[in-house]
Amino acid sequence: MQRLDSSTVTALAYSTTMTSGRQRRHSRSYRLRRLLGTSLVYLLLVFFAVMLGFPLFWAISTSVKPLGQVAAVPPVWWPAHPLWGNFVEAWNRVPFLIFTRNTAFITITTLAGNVLASSLTAFSFSRLRYPGRNVMFGLVIATMLIPGFVTLVPTFILFHRLHWVGTFLPLIVPAFFGGSSFYVFLLRQFFLTLPLELDEAARIDGASYPLIYAKIIVPLAKPALTAVALFEFIGHWNDYLGPLIYLNSMDHYTLAIGLAFFQGRFYTYQNLMMAASLIVLAPCIIVFLLGQKYFIQGITFTGGK
Amino acid sequence: MSSTSRDTVIHRPRLWLSARREEAFWGYLFLLPWIIGFLVFTGGPILASAVIGFTDYNIVLAPHWVGLKNYATLFRDVHFFNSLRVTATYAVVVIPGGIAGSLGLALLMNQKVKGVTVFRTLYYLPNILSGVATAIIWVWLFNPDPRRGMINMLLHVFGIDGPKWLQSMTWALPAVMLTALWGIGGSTAVIFLAGLQDVPEQLYEAAKIDGAGAISRFWHVTVPLMTPMIFFTFITGIIGTLGTFTGPFIMTQGGPGDATMFYGIYIYQNAFVALKMGYASGMAWLMFLVVGLISALNFYLSRYWVYYEAG
Repeated sequence: MQRLDSSTVTALAYSTTMTSGRQRRHSRSYRLRRLLGTSLVYLLLVFFAVMLGFPLFWAISTSVKPLGQVAAVPPVWWPAHPLWGNFVEAWNRVPFLIFTRNTAFITITTLAGNVLASSLTAFSFSRLRYPGRNVMFGLVIATMLIPGFVTLVPTFILFHRLHWVGTFLPLIVPAFFGGSSFYVFLLRQFFLTLPLELDEAARIDGASYPLIYAKIIVPLAKPALTAVALFEFIGHWNDYLGPLIYLNSMDHYTLAIGLAFFQGRFYTYQNLMMAASLIVLAPCIIVFLLGQKYFIQGITFTGGK
Repeated sequence: MSSTSRDTVIHRPRLWLSARREEAFWGYLFLLPWIIGFLVFTGGPILASAVIGFTDYNIVLAPHWVGLKNYATLFRDVHFFNSLRVTATYAVVVIPGGIAGSLGLALLMNQKVKGVTVFRTLYYLPNILSGVATAIIWVWLFNPDPRRGMINMLLHVFGIDGPKWLQSMTWALPAVMLTALWGIGGSTAVIFLAGLQDVPEQLYEAAKIDGAGAISRFWHVTVPLMTPMIFFTFITGIIGTLGTFTGPFIMTQGGPGDATMFYGIYIYQNAFVALKMGYASGMAWLMFLVVGLISALNFYLSRYWVYYEAG
């Protein structure tokens, strides 16, 4: 990727000798400036951490306060006796168990469908050659540019005609057909980094393409597949619009729908409201903290290179 | 490498042909689920929405053809133009704001100081906290009572009487924008960080020799090399902006008045509250055309400002 021409190399060699000489001469002021710079960096790092972290902190703090301290003056930053029981109370006020079960079911099945479907598509685009492949890949990329609202109404009508509205099917079935183009793109990028010789060697040993997919590519692509699975988990766990239009009974509701539906029940109990919201978010936070390495790798891989 | 397959070609040409055909067969077969999915859930619906846009359809009674009536109504609908204005205002602030903020965070995270990875985790966190629960938390933060809402509480400390935020015609949209900027968090910054780390060190050194200061090095070395990523973020940002729904829907239901009535919320209301499927499809089809135009324009303009490394 990076090609060095001779002039850059000379310039590089020249610059290293020059700067090291200069550094030695001004070492004290240089060290002072470095120290100042580092302090400034830490100051900014902490500032942004507070800015981005404070909303979550305030939600947690509110969730463990007794109601009397929620609007206390001066504000209570952290209650002396955190009421963790608020979480139990919030859990019991809303049929959270059913909502969690439904959300988990939808999330796990769509996740499985999307990982399977997008990896099959990406395999086809990265490991196999056939006429029209690049045109099709262009089409996949083009679909990335279509906002979901464009297809919302006709898709709803389709599922309505199939009598699938009110079931989980409209939320689950599409995931098994090709996966989202974002994941196809991400996985293709990753598959392209695996040497083609692996496939060729396997072919010579008589392996079929499905076998190459299952026994060579999938095991080697575990980090990328994990990243896709994690993105999917977060996406579907928090999905609102889909469940909002397709689910219409309490025993089918997901956490997002249920929480929105029962918002009114917590209206005067902001501490319980925050507890309920945090219950919904907790699995995402746990999944993120456990798999953050994959999140970072995954997002880096899609960086439009 | 490919010499083994080339040998096979020479010795057994007929097998090579069938092998090539077999490869194509499996290629198409692996692609089949995606093609079916595209036809049924993307391509088909786009065409369908064009057709439904010419009908009156409330999903209970059969649709009937009305020609351009939906579009004629649309161009006299003040709520429609308002939703365009709200969405565009939001895009104009959140997309560049998000890119600039993410670039700043990325530069910060690129500093070689101890413990910087801990901050990266913290910065990324808001990005995974989206949806209803987070929107509810923000409603609490924007509570206008300075004894309750954290934001007005902080403003009160500085002697500022905070606005009514989500209950104010003026401040509801800025509040939604702030939420969105927070939600981007460090995710785009992580993409930019990877880009920053890819900038060859010798380019900076060479620029230094030429007498370029830190700011000049940033503008003339860093930014040009980051343009492909900025472009990518820009394009995906536009698509994401047009899909804005859950945050404002939970926080304000599009109100007060029409202050946060995003295009998506208006489509939703027409389709699933008023059951005007034809009208909503017309809006969706217009969105498709606008996105197509904007994307085409972006790709055309990109050749003037996006720098792709040769090689």
